[in-house]
Amino acid sequence: MTAPTGIWDCDIHPYLRSPADLEPWLSQQWIEHQRDYGSLRQTPLVTGSSYHKSQPNAGRRDAYPPEGGAQGSSVSFLRRQLLDAHGIGWGILNPLIASQGVRNLDHSIALCRAINHWQAEVWVDGEPRLRASIVVPYEDPEASAAEIRHWAGDRRFAQVLLLSRTSFLPGNRRYWPIYEAAAEVGIPVGIHAFGNSGWPVSSSGWPSFYMEEMIGHSQSSQAGLTSLVIEGVFERWPDLKLVLVESGFTWAPSLMWRLDKHWKTLKSEVPHLRLAPSEYIRRNVWWTSQPMDEPENRRYLADIFTWLGWDRIMFSSDYPHWDFDDPARVILFPATDEQKHAFFVGNAQGVYGSR
Amino acid sequence: MQIDCDIHPGTPDTAALFPYLPEHWRDISAMRGIADLHSTNYPDMTPLAARADWRPAKGRPGSDAATVAAQCLEPFGSDIGILNPLFPVQSFYSDDLAQAYASALNDWTRGDFLDRDPRFRASIVVSLENIEMAVAEIERCAPDRRFVQVMVLAGTARPLGRRNHWPIYEACVRHDLALAIHAGQEFRNAPTALGWPSYYLEDYVAHAQSFQYQLTSLFCEGVFNRYPTLKVVLLESGWTWVPALLWRIAKYWGGLRFEVPWTDRSPEEVVRDQLRFSLTPVDGPDTDQLRRVIDHLGSDQLILFSTDYPHSQFEGADPFPSTFDPALRSIISGDAPLATYARLGGAP
Repeated sequence: MTAPTGIWDCDIHPYLRSPADLEPWLSQQWIEHQRDYGSLRQTPLVTGSSYHKSQPNAGRRDAYPPEGGAQGSSVSFLRRQLLDAHGIGWGILNPLIASQGVRNLDHSIALCRAINHWQAEVWVDGEPRLRASIVVPYEDPEASAAEIRHWAGDRRFAQVLLLSRTSFLPGNRRYWPIYEAAAEVGIPVGIHAFGNSGWPVSSSGWPSFYMEEMIGHSQSSQAGLTSLVIEGVFERWPDLKLVLVESGFTWAPSLMWRLDKHWKTLKSEVPHLRLAPSEYIRRNVWWTSQPMDEPENRRYLADIFTWLGWDRIMFSSDYPHWDFDDPARVILFPATDEQKHAFFVGNAQGVYGSR
Repeated sequence: MQIDCDIHPGTPDTAALFPYLPEHWRDISAMRGIADLHSTNYPDMTPLAARADWRPAKGRPGSDAATVAAQCLEPFGSDIGILNPLFPVQSFYSDDLAQAYASALNDWTRGDFLDRDPRFRASIVVSLENIEMAVAEIERCAPDRRFVQVMVLAGTARPLGRRNHWPIYEACVRHDLALAIHAGQEFRNAPTALGWPSYYLEDYVAHAQSFQYQLTSLFCEGVFNRYPTLKVVLLESGWTWVPALLWRIAKYWGGLRFEVPWTDRSPEEVVRDQLRFSLTPVDGPDTDQLRRVIDHLGSDQLILFSTDYPHSQFEGADPFPSTFDPALRSIISGDAPLATYARLGGAP
């Protein structure tokens, strides 16, 4: 199967060559702070991941730029290895650089602002097929709302980026200024898996393996989506577009069934919801495709696409990570040209098109 | 033959356990005013905690053997009912107090139910605060063949696959007991990996994710490889989420099995060999989609009949989805439970 050209890739990760890449947009105070204290998060290690990845930086071994630096740190090599080689016509950047969950909120605010400048001026100005995400210091929702309003008129930015492992469930009212600002300026909110919430990565404590952390993102994403629906975020902001990025999506039909079934029994607890939970999800939520789960019988995935709706799932490569999806090898079951076009192009155009 | 695999007898209060508690713990309970353990997992008056037609005028539903038999065995034509007490003895932090109450609860189940109606079977309830004590409790109860499984809750202090728990699984295998994991939290961790939700509805929905973490942990740590004859039964877990989880595990097993080299079977094979799920709640639409989920599961032998009495999961006297044909119903009602529970006499 050949994938269409002009593909929209909804999850690309740019990395720094070194922390100095951000210095043009950091004050001397924060440059020295970063040097002396690092970006302290709610984890045991100052740098890297406490569940050590399967590869350095979780990156593809063939993705080191020829000029040196980490995978995903070179605009020209990304252009060649990802955009040109795979027919990507539009791609959204999701920086996973320690910033959003940094405990010192002033430091978090400064890092997010610098990363946003860096994305716009180094990446988007350097490659017109790319768009940036507004990285916000989400544990300070008011500062996050200000960051959203600061960039809202800049067409180089296509979405607001949160990580999935926030310190409180994402529907919690403390985060509502973020959704209010996004709805006001009409920009989608993407929630990318990962982050460091401070809570164990499972509801039964810390598992042993990186593999469990990776699988567990699909559970924490379910809890996050449940929270957004049940707290009434989509009731309050009916036009808000939410994109779940790298969270998986095969779990979504069964979660919607479960939410609806038990909402029917317990609806007296949540009178603020006027629709069934699945109706909000069908109206307000989209998913990116990578990682595509792998049943023994690949045709079962077609059932999930049908149940969730071919209009809800958008292609993403996750470049330059080791579990990258090649658009030519991602739909391994029968699908019509119309369905493939929606998946590779149309759905993302609908969500992000105005950007 | 029909076996109801998930029935909840209602322990009225701690005084109901006093006849089975050592004098010291009776005195301590009275002195400290430990009059009841009312679980956050099932607040009594929520519409989910008891079906309206099963809710008594006063007290907890299903608090005696005759009531449970009349409301839960006879109307459904069940020949055997497995009792899974949810009185939250897992809430105690003290090893000794938890152990005393777990033992008393097991003796209450035996004395007030098993001894009064031969159709009942039961779970051995253990606290995981102290694994040696949990194993001792299993050893104490195991000679009574009416106990068919050991039961823990889905939300634990550490993931169930971790090796500190393995003596419990060894004891299960030694005594032909299944391991049952029932919906609910010990509340040693927040109910979700993102903290505490605002609403009970979220707590309840989150049980499914708790099971997903536990199944992943049991798979990754190699519990199924170390104990290939162990049957693990997920109770009140829902089961429509199972295929998606297995596909996700398979995805990362493909790339990361260097971390778990002892895993010798795919997640889908392991589930077909060793995992079973109670029928209710049926978290899905009563359409062909549900029948298709059975195809996704890769086997029609994985679901065990249950009413989840007295919880409100369906109306009337038929918990089956209408799309389940008589052959599938027959497997779920009898064949699958008999093949799951060695102590019911159906397994080799």
